[in-house]
Amino acid sequence: MTTQLNVKDLGRQIRERFPDAVVDDDGEALVVMADSLAEVARHCFETPELAFDFLVGVTGVDYIDHFELVYHLVSIKHNHSVVLKANTYSREAPSVPSVTGIWEGAVLQEREVYDLMGIAFEGHPDLKRILLWEGFPGHPHRKDFTTA
Amino acid sequence: MTLKTEEVMVNIGPQHPSTHGVFRMRVTFDGEVVTDLEPVFGYLHRGTEKLAEERTYTQIITLTDRLDYLASMSNNLAYVLAAEKLAGIEPPERAMYIRVIMAELMRIASHCMALGFFINDLGALATPLMYMFREREKILDLFEMVCGARITYSYMRIGGVSGDLPPEFTPALTKFINEMPGYIDEYEALLRENEIIISRTKDMAILPAETAINASVSGPMLRASGVNWDLRKADPYEVYDRFEFDVPVGPTGDTYDRFLVRLEEMRESVRIVKQAMEQIPEGPFRAKAPALIRPPRGEAYAHVEAPKGELGFYLVSDGAISPYRCKIRAPSFINLTVLRELSIGWKLADLIVILGSVDINMGEVDR
Repeated sequence: MTTQLNVKDLGRQIRERFPDAVVDDDGEALVVMADSLAEVARHCFETPELAFDFLVGVTGVDYIDHFELVYHLVSIKHNHSVVLKANTYSREAPSVPSVTGIWEGAVLQEREVYDLMGIAFEGHPDLKRILLWEGFPGHPHRKDFTTA
Repeated sequence: MTLKTEEVMVNIGPQHPSTHGVFRMRVTFDGEVVTDLEPVFGYLHRGTEKLAEERTYTQIITLTDRLDYLASMSNNLAYVLAAEKLAGIEPPERAMYIRVIMAELMRIASHCMALGFFINDLGALATPLMYMFREREKILDLFEMVCGARITYSYMRIGGVSGDLPPEFTPALTKFINEMPGYIDEYEALLRENEIIISRTKDMAILPAETAINASVSGPMLRASGVNWDLRKADPYEVYDRFEFDVPVGPTGDTYDRFLVRLEEMRESVRIVKQAMEQIPEGPFRAKAPALIRPPRGEAYAHVEAPKGELGFYLVSDGAISPYRCKIRAPSFINLTVLRELSIGWKLADLIVILGSVDINMGEVDR
């Protein structure tokens, strides 16, 4: 059974290394500052007792006043998992650091979030639309995009 | 006189039988050798995730049928597990067994297609594929008995399944389960030691284990690279922890291993179905759940080992009758991450085989 890592413990550990990174560690997911997302992710990837080697999924949720980026991480080595989140508040040009330098598995997934949610990933090697064509008006997964 | 060569860019697809759907590869060739490749897709994008935001939790089941349309039962299962987790509904035991039987039959059918088309891509046109279609047909007949549909089942419900197994189902399933190992032997006899298959696939397009993990590759592709990671064992859902089965892994991660792992997995699926039939209890096939489900605020992620890899649904609820967000983690979409690395340095004819060994399904890639 995949064990869910205790978010409080992980939050404490991250705080020691990156004092300003953690926003919230009370819930089921660890919420970090968007600026320090890549550093925290790298820490989760490189620390031997965490060893989050498998990035299950990257996705975005539009909460109108902010976008929430959700990263599902699993360690195949230790068989444990955690959910990492980061918020970004701009609606015109939301942007977060890319994790493609850590997990290659983020390459297509970040492009999908960029395409459908309109969030840019700084440092992505080839950020462009993936499911829709260049020139498509808007980003369908945003809540203000009307389908009718 | 000096000879000059020039690289040439070729579009393979989107309308091409070997791309398994409306999939395009922008390939740069140096003569016959691939030097660069970019997968281009989205031609079948229907906005499933957005559509889900405007449907009730039960209605979404029909959308999941149309993701990987060769494995609709597995899609149903992944979705209802996520919805049950979100709404806190516990399915009765009989329902869990029925779902496992359906998911494993679906895996056999999907792998039949994966292998059949793979052999097709190797140039053994149509004949081996027809053998595989023969077995898949029997599975579709079984599905037709339980839900009336052959492709888009929508058989599973939040809290169980839509109907109990009909009386004619068990004898038909028993017959199938007794016959199937013989058919798999037949495939093996035809294919495993086949010289053409070996020379065309052995040591070709090797995917090292570290690359596979780092690129979030899952399913038979990951296991062919020697990584023992199967969600039925690693994070058992339903009643998988009650069955005895092995997880086939490949020694090298080449195209031949990806082919063999799928063949072996069919045997294991037969084993699981056999045990599930012996253990299945009597009782209700569906939990009491409201017709209109309003899960409490919150979120849930549930995943299954689908035939093509880890299929996951991430649902966010704001307490309404539709999910606030429904994200689908589609295995064959993410498995495409490594297609470029696998293909570079191989010839055009090999490229088709490599794509066949990835086993993509465009309904799922484009969603």
